[in-house]
Order: sequence, then structure tokens, then C-alpha cells
Amino acid sequence: MTKYDASELAEIIEMLSFQHLDVRAVTMGINIMGAVRREDLGEGVRGIVERRAGNLSEVVKEVSSKLGVRIVTKRVAVTPVSSLLDARAEDPEGAGELGLSVAKALDSVARDLDIDYVGGYAAFVESGYSVGDRGLITSIPEALASTERIAAMVNAASTLSGINMDAVREMGGIIKRTAEMTGGGGCTRLGVFVNAPEGTPFVPGAYHGRGEEDPVINVAVSGPGVIESVVRSMEEADLRTLHDAMKRAAFKVTRLGELVGREVAKRLGVRFGSVDLSLAPSPAVGDSVADVLRAMGVEEPGAPGSVLALAILTDAVKKGGAMATSSVGGLSGAFIPVSEDLGMAEAVRRGALSLSSLEAMAAVCSTGLDMVVLPGDVGEDTVAAIIGDVMALGVVLDKSLGVRLIPVPGAREGDEVDFGGLLGRAPVMSVGRYSSRDLVMRGGVVPPAVSRLLKG
Amino acid sequence: MVTVVGADKPGIVAAISSELAEMRANIVDISMTVLRGFFSMIMVVDISEAVTDLQELRRRLEDRGREVGVRVMVLHEDVFRYMQKV
Repeated sequence: MTKYDASELAEIIEMLSFQHLDVRAVTMGINIMGAVRREDLGEGVRGIVERRAGNLSEVVKEVSSKLGVRIVTKRVAVTPVSSLLDARAEDPEGAGELGLSVAKALDSVARDLDIDYVGGYAAFVESGYSVGDRGLITSIPEALASTERIAAMVNAASTLSGINMDAVREMGGIIKRTAEMTGGGGCTRLGVFVNAPEGTPFVPGAYHGRGEEDPVINVAVSGPGVIESVVRSMEEADLRTLHDAMKRAAFKVTRLGELVGREVAKRLGVRFGSVDLSLAPSPAVGDSVADVLRAMGVEEPGAPGSVLALAILTDAVKKGGAMATSSVGGLSGAFIPVSEDLGMAEAVRRGALSLSSLEAMAAVCSTGLDMVVLPGDVGEDTVAAIIGDVMALGVVLDKSLGVRLIPVPGAREGDEVDFGGLLGRAPVMSVGRYSSRDLVMRGGVVPPAVSRLLKG
Repeated sequence: MVTVVGADKPGIVAAISSELAEMRANIVDISMTVLRGFFSMIMVVDISEAVTDLQELRRRLEDRGREVGVRVMVLHEDVFRYMQKV
């Protein structure tokens, strides 16, 4: 048996007991295309998910218990449902109705199997729509309003195709309608993406990609508390030394994800896919990316220097994580959600963090603009313009980024909104007085950047 | 891997180790320190011959720990091996 130094053991115990280190999600990717062979698509989907993920929840609990490590959520990611609809529906209306039946079937099977979320109510429309895409996107507000566990995503831009501004504009309206139908809550399960990667274990970005094994296990770790504690212990350190220490801590965090993913996959007899290295905060005290930035020396997130600090953090997380696992997947950056991170929400309250500073930070965090609460009267075109900004960052920088915006009906700038649980609470942010309506209304597709041409 | 932390007082080691003995779990390695009245102990325990499974062992040790006023955590060795060794 390997000998351990008492301080090494104590370090791990501290991480797990006091620094909120846990595995945020174990996500099983499932190809549901086989459902088209069944007359009733919903029944077909239910059958496939039952067969594949029937004992996922139980196995996750077993692994959590064996290792003594908390695993916060169990999730399933399915083939983008729009592909399923394309195989069946004649027109967008039919596709939308069919989509709703699939969403309800997935929601009910998730409840039965004790699965927390199902991702993959998704469409990829970066250069244009199919019948299934149209139907699915139109049905998103109702799909989210009539389910509890379904997460929806739309990929509206990519480095290869550019930005589909018609889709971005439409998503501005879809987000608003979802908010109106759900009091804002449904928007916590809806994301718009650029270069959405396969194998993301986080919702709403999770979907089962065409190149993935079926089924497959992907894992998401957490760990801001661990990094913060390392940074706090190194007050005098210069940035290279600090980066090195953060990298080492990120290594350990990622290893835990790798261990859990491999163990779950082994017990289920399926392939282990990847670990998403992303630092994922939660609304708990001491589990905040904002607090890592503060520990690094940024007085409040949003202050000049925030982008620099976040870039250092993201790079350290990536490098430490890359050493820890050879199966890197998903977004693998640092999440900067507002409501899901106690420290970020506080920075908004203190007037330090604005939408523009978040957008600037999105350029270096590798995840995007997340859980941003907007006033209820924000225009569709302004929601679309915010999405457009992030799509542009993703296309120009050739990065995967997401946008999750929550315009809460009736809420005004500065009001506090509580989503409960892991989703947290946050003040409503200002969108400013000026609009880019005329730009958004032009529509069309923004051609890809020159970086597209370097790809061949 | 069993870790025990709490305020120091007589009988902690006896309580935990006797509980392990009852379950026929073998202590392979043990390190213990008391720093300013704060007790901390880490044991590496082999349960291959034990009469209980890991869950039962964890539950009994946590209960026993509560009785003597210390916090017990039971983790699998893989966690340490994965996180601390390259």
C-alpha cells in the first residue's frame, strides 16, 4: 500500500470537508436516434433512456459512497432532439408538437430514474435551419414551461460557419417568451452557444454528439474553494509562482473527476468519455470564482485587472487539468455565472460588475456569459444583441462559449431574484439605455472570420 | 482511509480502534497528532477481511465518533492515490 505523508492526507480531507470540493455532475451521453423506429417517438425515447441509464443514479450513489466523495447531480445528455424531429416531421408545426412530446417523455423518464437534468433539447443552426430545427426552437418556451428537468440549447454560431443572426434574433424572442411563461425560471435551463463542444457534462450545454461513443460517461468537477484557499495561502507570491500553485491545485481537482468518471463507467460497463475541467462555483460561501479573483488581488470582480486575473486562472486550470487527465472535454474553462456564484452576485450589488465587464471576462474564461439576470422589460433585440456579442467573441477567438440570460418578468434593475438551490440568487443587472435594434434587425449570416480560412 | 478530528480527550483512539477491531478491519498505518488541544488522526485500514462493507463501516465509525465528540471521515484510498500521486 502506498505511503502517504500526513500533510498530503490532511490536504485532501480539507478540500473535501471545508473547501466544497465535489463532483458537480456525472452525465451519461445517450444516442436516442433509435427511437425513430418506434411509432410513438416519446415511448421510443423513454425506452432507450431506461435501458441505458436505468441504474445510473444507483451506480453514482454507490461510487459516491465507496469513495467518500459528494457527487452533486446525475444527468443525461441526448442526441440533439432536432435531428430526431427531422427524421419524422413534415413541417415545423409538426416538428414542434413532436418535440414537445419528446420533451415530456424525457422529463418523465428523468423523474422516474432520479436523473436531475436531461440536456439535448437542442438544435444546431449556425448556418441555417432544418424543419426539425425550426419546430424545436419554436417549441422551446413551452417545452421548458411544461417540464422540470429538460435543458435546451441552440448553437447559433461557429468558427466554420459564422454567426446566424436570424437565429440569434429569434433566440432573443424565445428567451423572452420562456421567461414570460415560467417567471424567468425556465431560462435557467436554456443556453445559446457558439462552437458548442461535444461531451459537455454541464447543462444547458450538454448534448450527445455525433462523434461520441454510445453511451458514454462525462464528468464535471467543481473546486473554486480549493483554488481560493491555495491563492490565499500565497499572499506574497509573484504571478508565475501563483499560477504554478493554482495549476497544481487544479491538477488535484481534475484527478478527482477522472477517478469518479472511470469508476462510474467501469461499474456501468460503458466507455469513460471525458472530464470537463471547468471550475464551477455554487452559491455556497467559499465556492466562488469571484472569491478566487479577490484572493488574487482584484478588489472586486469587474475592477480593471479582472480580465487579467481570470485569464491567469483559466490558463492555470487548463494546464493543471490537462496534466491530470488525457480525456479533456466540454468547455474546460472557469465559469463566471452571476447568480450561481455568491461572490459574483455580491460584486453586482456593490456596483463593481457590469454586463460589459462580464462580456470582457467572457473572452478569457472559455465558458461565456452565464446566469445573468436582466430586467423584465428588456427588449428582444437587446437580448439578441447581448447574445450576438458573445457569438462574435466565440467566432473571432475560435472558442466555445455559451450565453444564459434570464429576463425576469416584472423585475427591475437592482431587484433581487432567487432561483433556489444551486441556481442561487442575484440582483437584476442593467442593460444600459441604448439599443442596437437596427443592427440586430438586419438579420442574415455574419461570415466566419479569417481564422476559418486557416482551417482549409 | 479513516480520518478523525476533534477536541483532544482520553479514549478517542480506543473508541475508534475498538470499533474497527469489532468489524475485523485491520489498521495498516496510523499517524496521530495533537496540536494545541486539537486532535487529528489518520488511519489506513484494510477491510478485505472485514465482516462489514464500507458503508456499514463508515456509518458505525461516524456514530462512534459522535459519541466521543470527534468527526470521522472515511474515504477510499483511491481518492488520495489519484489526487496526490502523478
